[in-house]
Amino acid sequence: MKRRTDEPTLDRRAFDLLCLTMACVLGVHAPHQPWWLVAALALVLGLRWWQRRRHGTRPPLLLKLPLLALLAVAVVFTYGTIFGQQPGSALAVGLLVLKLLESETPRDARVGISFACFGLMAALLFDQGLVATFVVALGLLPALATLRALEPAQAPASLPRALLPGLALLAAAVPLALLAFALVPRLSSPLWGTANSPQARTGLSDRMSPGNFTELLTDDRPAMRVSFDGPPPAPELRYFRAYVMWLYDGRTWEHADLRRADGQRRLLETLESRGTSRYQVDLEPTNRGILPALDVPLEAPADARLSPDREVISDKPVRELLRYTLDSAIRYHLQPELPEAARRFALRLPQGFNPRTHALATQWRERHGSDDQAIVDAALALFHDGGFRYTLAPAPLGRDAVDDFLFGTREGFCEHYASSFTVLMRAAGVPSRVVTGYQGGYWNSLGNYLLVRQSDAHAWSEVWLEGRGWVRIDPTAAVRPERVSLGAAAAGDQPGWAETSWLASLRNRWDVVNHWWTQGVIGFDALRQRGLLTPFGIRDTGTAMLGMLLAIGTSLFVAIGTGWALWRRERPEPLRKALRRLEARLARAGITRRRGEGPQHYLRRAARALPAQRGELERLMNRYLELRYAHDEPVPELLREFQRAVREFRPRRVVK
Amino acid sequence: MRDALRRLQELAERRLPALTRFRRPEPMPIELNRRRIYIVPTGFGLGFTLLLLVMLAGSLNYSNNAALLLTCLLGAAGAASMLIAFRALDGLTLASVRAGQAVAGQPLALTLELESRRPRSAIRIDLDRSCQAFAIDAAGKADVTLPLATRERGWQPLPRVRVWTTWPLGLFRAWSWMHPEQSVLVWPRPEDDGPPPRLPADEGLRPRLHRGEDLAALRDYRSGDPRKHIAWKASARLGQLLSKDFEQPESRPEWRLDWRELEGMENEARIARLARWLGEAHAQGRRHSLWLPGQPIEAGSGPGHYARCMSALASLP
Repeated sequence: MKRRTDEPTLDRRAFDLLCLTMACVLGVHAPHQPWWLVAALALVLGLRWWQRRRHGTRPPLLLKLPLLALLAVAVVFTYGTIFGQQPGSALAVGLLVLKLLESETPRDARVGISFACFGLMAALLFDQGLVATFVVALGLLPALATLRALEPAQAPASLPRALLPGLALLAAAVPLALLAFALVPRLSSPLWGTANSPQARTGLSDRMSPGNFTELLTDDRPAMRVSFDGPPPAPELRYFRAYVMWLYDGRTWEHADLRRADGQRRLLETLESRGTSRYQVDLEPTNRGILPALDVPLEAPADARLSPDREVISDKPVRELLRYTLDSAIRYHLQPELPEAARRFALRLPQGFNPRTHALATQWRERHGSDDQAIVDAALALFHDGGFRYTLAPAPLGRDAVDDFLFGTREGFCEHYASSFTVLMRAAGVPSRVVTGYQGGYWNSLGNYLLVRQSDAHAWSEVWLEGRGWVRIDPTAAVRPERVSLGAAAAGDQPGWAETSWLASLRNRWDVVNHWWTQGVIGFDALRQRGLLTPFGIRDTGTAMLGMLLAIGTSLFVAIGTGWALWRRERPEPLRKALRRLEARLARAGITRRRGEGPQHYLRRAARALPAQRGELERLMNRYLELRYAHDEPVPELLREFQRAVREFRPRRVVK
Repeated sequence: MRDALRRLQELAERRLPALTRFRRPEPMPIELNRRRIYIVPTGFGLGFTLLLLVMLAGSLNYSNNAALLLTCLLGAAGAASMLIAFRALDGLTLASVRAGQAVAGQPLALTLELESRRPRSAIRIDLDRSCQAFAIDAAGKADVTLPLATRERGWQPLPRVRVWTTWPLGLFRAWSWMHPEQSVLVWPRPEDDGPPPRLPADEGLRPRLHRGEDLAALRDYRSGDPRKHIAWKASARLGQLLSKDFEQPESRPEWRLDWRELEGMENEARIARLARWLGEAHAQGRRHSLWLPGQPIEAGSGPGHYARCMSALASLP
């Protein structure tokens, strides 16, 4: 590329700020890149900064090219490719830092800053949490300050002060940015392959083994939205059943068609309902046939059927947004009479696993006799008081997974608790099964719907109790009640030292803020857009409508901004104001001040035109001239007198 | 190509003044207001917009709302910078123009006095092909000196001046034209060489007796030196008597430069010769008078006198 020779070189401040911007980009990308690459790039950045400051020379091409090659090799060596999110970002950040080696002119700096902005945005593809977004937004400050520093002739300011105007600019931009954010039409389907391949994120699986929910629980994408005909159920009742799992092989729970396993046709479980709820579900594509339903559905919707366990199964996998309406029982007796075959299934455990669990269960059975409820309570008490901890990153479990969990690690999340609880129950002879689905969700009061995310995925147990049928037991709630009352946002890790009350309350508050961010910003999608606009009577939220609203809103903001820009703080001088008043009065009498006519000439002319008031006008003129020219500042008393004289002056036109 | 475009632009401005916002010369002070400030995005601004669109598409595609928010924030900040660019020029006033002195063909230093009620940064002024950046501090005034190319002697109208800025982010360029209704006087170019002025016969003979006033050097005391020429302080320092030696100026006749004596020469050649003589007289510190048709100038010396003579010469028809 030919370099224009007449361009000046970057001054020191601009280059410092440019380096700072690049350091910010490197910093926000550091968490998801190999540490040695980050360290090497930071070293290159630091050396280049020092070198330019010290010597001010350009690095030789012989140094730049090998570094470039080294970067490409390093990326390919680490990731095996240069395409994709991770290698792409590593390459981009590397190139940005290397760009510093040849940034000498304002033009280079502008190009660098542009791509630094892109790099900042790219960092959000990895983590769009509140803190991450805030940190990334802070990276805009040095970027804007660099652009400012490229302009010539400005008052010198210290480095921190140089960052402030950018902050003010961003603050002024917030209203328009929020408007654009709220109204930009969202894409219904991606234009190109999404960052994390969609196949890997299909939501709930029909198998459950400890650990495979982790990806779901950190996935903030919506799973479904539910709007209720009546009031929504209380938060702790928002259990959406998807899969009922009976089969356990010591490691994995499996949803399987029991017809095949049992060799006989099973009947639909009987349901005695005492209170139902009608609701509509918008299910995001899952590529699976299961349709989550609140508690126990009464009947299947069209194109779907009920399994014997009252799971709703669609005839074909859900590949696009699906809407269905269901009636569900909220208070019920499910299967009050348990058939013998089903009981056998609900007690089946693999042989030779988890001896300590079996021993504990046998002990409970001996202590409580035939009181199944007491055994359930004993297990819940164990989870509540036994030093169990809720974490999304539990220690791995060995072959006797339940033993290891109950007597060893004692840390895990819903599927660990559901799985071990069910195994405990079966070992104690209480018929039980694992149910997975979603629990919680965010109630959108604007849109009147419950937003359920992948991160609301949950697993719990159902035990069959005499006279009550299948009863839902959520062992996770015994350990972490907030998981049920607050939802997935409360499901973070809880390190041991954070159990003091003030830290816990701080964490809870932080959870709420995060929750707000997650729900208000990250989850703001097409449906929420509609929810935002319906109160204003706008039902159609198509792209055209949104585009129009966006245009109107933007014009409004631009108009306000233009008004600000055009507004001038005019402090009219009182003397001038008084003279203007006099001029206005004389103009009404037909004596208009000509362009370029001085006050003396003008008032003399007026005196000639109004002979009756010659004396008065001449006094006014003399007073004005004295006020204007005799002193640096008009004397206040004289000024007041002049103003009064002007007020009292009434030109009387003489008819000639 | 560039020149052709320039000519086309000039033609368009003359033919379509309403469309091209061509301004006739106007009296000072010239205050910039919204009716005469124009804004377009710079090349960098267009590139940045493209980048924002890419960022928008990316964040929408990955339905990443945080990235979308960042993109919107950056875009809105860019849009706000347009208003700041406008405000950087709005209300800026060209109070007056001071012209320096130059002979034709040499650049003339033009000092523009700009005023503003509030401080401003990074404003640039284009005049001919030169550009100067300036800032206005809290005092509200700035002087910008630019070289103005000159071609011929005489009154030369000021060209249009472009005031522009890309403050604060370089995304938008706001500009305005100022065309001050003022002319500057360009002195005639002296001829390269030629005969010296003819001196009046009696002038060279008059003896000059007065001693020079300027101190030339200190020398050893010689008997007979007047007492008041002894440098007492220096003598005390060195321990021997020193005398102040005063320059003896050679007797230098006064030049009477006369238009009428250059009969038979062409007008401009006469002016060029007189200009050279004036220059020589000024360089030698010689007293001179100048007679021009209709405006005789008394003898004198010094820069003021020289400027007066040159200006009179320049404004000859």
